[in-house]
Amino acid sequence: MEDLTNHFIELIRRAATDLPADVEAALRRAREQEEAGSAAQNTLDAILENVRLSRERSTPICQDTGTPIFYIYYPAGWSTLALKRQIRAAVAEATARSYLRPNSVDSLTGKNLGNNLGEEFPTLHFEEWEEDYLKVDLMLKGGGCENVGAQYSLPDTRLGADRDLEGVRRAVLDAVYQAQGMGCAPGIIGVAIGGDRGTGYIKSKEQFFRPLDDQHPNPKLAALEKRLTEEANQLGIGPMGFGGKTTVLTVKIDSLERLPASYFVTASYMCWADRRRTLIYRHGEVTIQ
Amino acid sequence: MPVVDLHIPISEEAIRAVHVGDQVRLHGIVVTARDAAHKYIVDNFICPQSIPDSERALYGELQRLLRGGAIYHCGPVVSQDATGRWHFVSAGPTTSIREEPYEADVIAHFGLRAVIGKGGMGPKTLAACRDHGAVYLHAVGGAATLIASSVAEVVAVYKKEELGVPEAFWVIRVAGFPAVVTMDAHGQSLHEQIAAASRQKLAELM
Repeated sequence: MEDLTNHFIELIRRAATDLPADVEAALRRAREQEEAGSAAQNTLDAILENVRLSRERSTPICQDTGTPIFYIYYPAGWSTLALKRQIRAAVAEATARSYLRPNSVDSLTGKNLGNNLGEEFPTLHFEEWEEDYLKVDLMLKGGGCENVGAQYSLPDTRLGADRDLEGVRRAVLDAVYQAQGMGCAPGIIGVAIGGDRGTGYIKSKEQFFRPLDDQHPNPKLAALEKRLTEEANQLGIGPMGFGGKTTVLTVKIDSLERLPASYFVTASYMCWADRRRTLIYRHGEVTIQ
Repeated sequence: MPVVDLHIPISEEAIRAVHVGDQVRLHGIVVTARDAAHKYIVDNFICPQSIPDSERALYGELQRLLRGGAIYHCGPVVSQDATGRWHFVSAGPTTSIREEPYEADVIAHFGLRAVIGKGGMGPKTLAACRDHGAVYLHAVGGAATLIASSVAEVVAVYKKEELGVPEAFWVIRVAGFPAVVTMDAHGQSLHEQIAAASRQKLAELM
């Protein structure tokens, strides 16, 4: 098994400094929709200029480089222990090179060791699959947007939300309203219906790996995604909460099995700086998408 | 819309002349302070009867830098060159509301004229802005490389070992730091206005 540490460093650099094309295109479309000279449009101009500069200078798009969340899909026979060591070494080196901010803090002592390595930091999800190549998805999930994520237990009388898709719609709109501009709008909303409190949040964040313009295969969820995107944008919160037409770039929804007793709706918020990249290692060749 | 240039130290007259929605560019010395730094300030300088001897030097320095000055809610990505000099690589604002319990006291105690961050702050800070002549300046969240370009120099850093890079007090000289006034010294808050309008729209959608 080849040592992929240097490729993982490059994966992190790309994620932190080079915003994916679909996100940039969505921001550009949003910019065209906002009123000329408005605070909303000026903000999107600053965001787009920042995206350009960060890519050009290879510096972090946002200083909060977040929690690095890795999903590693590996063929049979690979050592997850070796992959874990290489990824952790890559995270420490990427921090030393200022691609990542030293972000992991001991919750009890308040100590920041400065290398982004903690007991379970970065977050690693391993899954063996039937393909013959390695795929590593990386997302950098910032703290500001993480803080505005919300979980609802339905029914919720305050929202008039029952255990159905109309209840889901109400919960998600409330989450977008509560977040205002604090998650760095315009954001992407990832929603999980069902699961338990833990799996709901994980599933909601996994939605952020989906291309922004894809469609859910379930027509009911696809319709709800579209409707929620339109309705969230009617709230008028706008970029950074300055007011405007673009509050979210899109809403992505998926569902999980649940217990008869529970009906959770979990909404995670991804800031406009939706930093995600994928590394593919196939027959000795590495590509980063 | 015209852009207003604000030079630190800022006079009360200059700060009361700007209003919600105005775009500004900030020039001069700014000090970063976020969660741990605010708690440190309150615990060491504002709450106790007397300031601990070990902290007096920093207290004097902050008094000098913050009178008429600005605090920036920011935990930067930094780099250090071969000569030991620090540089801001990526330095956008962090969410300000977490400092709501502390900021009003900090404004009053040090005579701040501006608090820079993102997401806005609450009624206690808004009242302190009105009473003491200060404003809240909203920087574009995530626009970190762009904002770092307006940092001309890192002058000093305090408490880096104790609090870590993101939480340390970074003393920086900015030239043309871009921001929007979203809470002014006249009791107006853009955040309150947007929240109220969106609450009404939400009720319609329900």
